[in-house]
Amino acid sequence: MTLSISDLKVTLGGREILRGVDLDLRPGRVHGLAGESGSGKTMTGLAVLGLLPHGARATGRIALGERDLLGMSAKELNTVRGGEVAMVFQDPATSMHPMLTIGRQLTEHMRHHLGLDRKQARARAVELLGQVRIPGPEAAIDRYPHQFSGGMRQRIAIAIALACSPKVLIADEPTTALDVTVQAGVLRLLRGLCDDLGLAVLLVTHDLGVMSAVADEVSVMKEGLVVETGPRGQVLRDPLHPYTRALLDSLPGETA
Amino acid sequence: MTDSTTTTAPVTERATLLSVDDLVVEHRTPGRPLVRAVAGASLTVAAGEVVGLVGESGCGKSTLARAVCGLNRAASGTITFGGHPVTPLGLRRRDRALSGIQMVFQDPYSSLNPRRKVGAQIADGLRTAGDTTTSPADLLERVGLPRDFAGRHPHEFSGGQRQRIAIARALAARPSLLIGDEPISALDASAQAQVARLMRDLAVDSGAGLLFISHDLSVVRLIADRIAVMYLGKIVEIGRTEEVWTDPRHPYTRALLGAIPAPDGAGVLPAELPGDVPDPADPPQGCRFHPRCPVAMDVCREREPDFGPVACWLHEPA
Repeated sequence: MTLSISDLKVTLGGREILRGVDLDLRPGRVHGLAGESGSGKTMTGLAVLGLLPHGARATGRIALGERDLLGMSAKELNTVRGGEVAMVFQDPATSMHPMLTIGRQLTEHMRHHLGLDRKQARARAVELLGQVRIPGPEAAIDRYPHQFSGGMRQRIAIAIALACSPKVLIADEPTTALDVTVQAGVLRLLRGLCDDLGLAVLLVTHDLGVMSAVADEVSVMKEGLVVETGPRGQVLRDPLHPYTRALLDSLPGETA
Repeated sequence: MTDSTTTTAPVTERATLLSVDDLVVEHRTPGRPLVRAVAGASLTVAAGEVVGLVGESGCGKSTLARAVCGLNRAASGTITFGGHPVTPLGLRRRDRALSGIQMVFQDPYSSLNPRRKVGAQIADGLRTAGDTTTSPADLLERVGLPRDFAGRHPHEFSGGQRQRIAIARALAARPSLLIGDEPISALDASAQAQVARLMRDLAVDSGAGLLFISHDLSVVRLIADRIAVMYLGKIVEIGRTEEVWTDPRHPYTRALLGAIPAPDGAGVLPAELPGDVPDPADPPQGCRFHPRCPVAMDVCREREPDFGPVACWLHEPA
């Protein structure tokens, strides 16, 4: 299922944060969204899930297949959110509940969205933990988030996002809080899942290196607008927009 | 924006300001095995020099920094600052000679007092140095913030602004050694390089040394004169930034650098270093890195390479 965002505008406190964003996510492809902080990358991700801050007003169209997510009631949106569209946040230490076992956090939404019973949900959770390569999933499922390392926690957060077999995954800076050595593993995992499950992934990141490693298409945002969209090779090697050029030139090293 | 001006600082022999020699720091928790967070690390920082300390989380770099400030007690080994031994911080007033060490902590949301005005907190630093001529507003200006911020409380600021305030507070005490313990990791991506550069510039301009701790090699590379790479409580490689970056010699440094994805548009996934950092309570026999090392030899499993600047049997000094 494709997700297409067209002319998305978000106003918060009288200020226009997004000024007409167009993006298309396709199954089995990773779409990278780059830009400085404050450019509206995260807001775009949050708007898709209806998680915008209180008081924000969104206009335009976010079409998941034939349905417009922006026009949905809260109840309808709840069936989509966590089910068909899932999200992975930046910091796995704060995006998981510290006092619930990861098993609880992995099965809760499965039972709600998929109507599984306790036993089925647990079996699926164990399977998912194996899929994101958590060692000893049978034992791991009864542990708490603090008992895992940062990389493991982010893998578990990805497992939670994947639990209801979403069509679209929004990953907001999924590796920023991780060490580079761990980041490599999480990026490989994301890329593999995208290819195997045919997920449409929106990868929000400021790191053009990360972008270059996993994204198929790259969009660059500036001040609430997408200034450039194109295949990875073209945007990163031969950018058309001066802002993209400036972003690449500001990177340290011999790549410029 | 290029780094040519920052990384090619003149190479002159400067007086050693801080010297850490064979430091061991242990954490004791009742009912748990003893953890040697720092297991024999040696390091020097000269005046006007920026040393970057990098390594994965859990390798003991923060513990080392805290020991230098006197926040952790050394189990063995010595820390000397400007000729004075660094003693653990107690309830009584710190030895004046040691107030020249100032630290900027990781999380500006918890290192500033939420109930006091920013200006008052910076004034604490000024009082420490006995400085009666500088005002907190001057310091705010130096870190690139408007002067009138002094009358506000920390909650009114963003993460990047708070970290600048924390830096202003540390600078107010006129440190000759500034320590940044992951000062940028809680900040927004675009603010990271800015704050790191700011710390470097302010420290070097005032002739102070800077020990900058981070897990982000690409930022450390921008600002450090020398890089020390830490793994499981030991410093495995230390050298000039360009040398370490262009010609890493320890297999661990190679793995760390190899894991940084290049923004070349080629779509190459970075190499993965297999395995997790081992439990510091139970470090492996021999070289600490051998279970994850792609080129481990027999000697690595048996004897620990305790020499420098590259602690690896492949680079044993003759």
